[in-house]
Amino acid sequence: MNAVDVVSAALLLLGATSCLLGALGLVRLPGLLARLQAATKPQTLGLLLVLAGTALRVEPDSAVTLVLVGLFQVITAPVISQLVGRSAYRAGAVAPDVLVADELAANRPEDRPS
Amino acid sequence: MNTVFVLTLTLLGAAGGLTLVRLLRGPETLDRIVALDVLVVLIVAGTAVYVASFADGSNIPLLAAVALLGFVGSVTAARLAERRERHR
Repeated sequence: MNAVDVVSAALLLLGATSCLLGALGLVRLPGLLARLQAATKPQTLGLLLVLAGTALRVEPDSAVTLVLVGLFQVITAPVISQLVGRSAYRAGAVAPDVLVADELAANRPEDRPS
Repeated sequence: MNTVFVLTLTLLGAAGGLTLVRLLRGPETLDRIVALDVLVVLIVAGTAVYVASFADGSNIPLLAAVALLGFVGSVTAARLAERRERHR
């Protein structure tokens, strides 16, 4: 095992561990918004670490595609989180007392013309 | 190095199992959508480990395809769930 192998192994294991922690949070945390927060751990940190560990072990041409996959994931994960959070708010699935600031208050479901 | 791959895949498998628990339990449709999205990411990560274990990059386009599919699926499902709740 040379130095590259050791770094790659460490990255892979770290990434998989953070995926596991995120999944644990997904099961244990109460409420949709808290679980949404836990879900971003495997989505960004876990996947990026695993991809970095993989990139060290393949030829450089393929590693470029891996960078693309990671970049794409970093761009899309916030989009999904935002959409799910907004959907939950509009559907009335978010209890108002857990919110510190409520910038969508003008769009409350009961105030909206149907 | 082989031990590392087995350990990584075991951790990812455990994460997938926990995500499946959330997927089955719900309780909201949106919880299931979040769980499904995490599951897709875990599949991408597992495939990346598979690619690393063979040190062969020919399967990497698969990662991009699955990641794209997961994004489109999650966005569509979230919009559908919102619309359905509003008409309830």
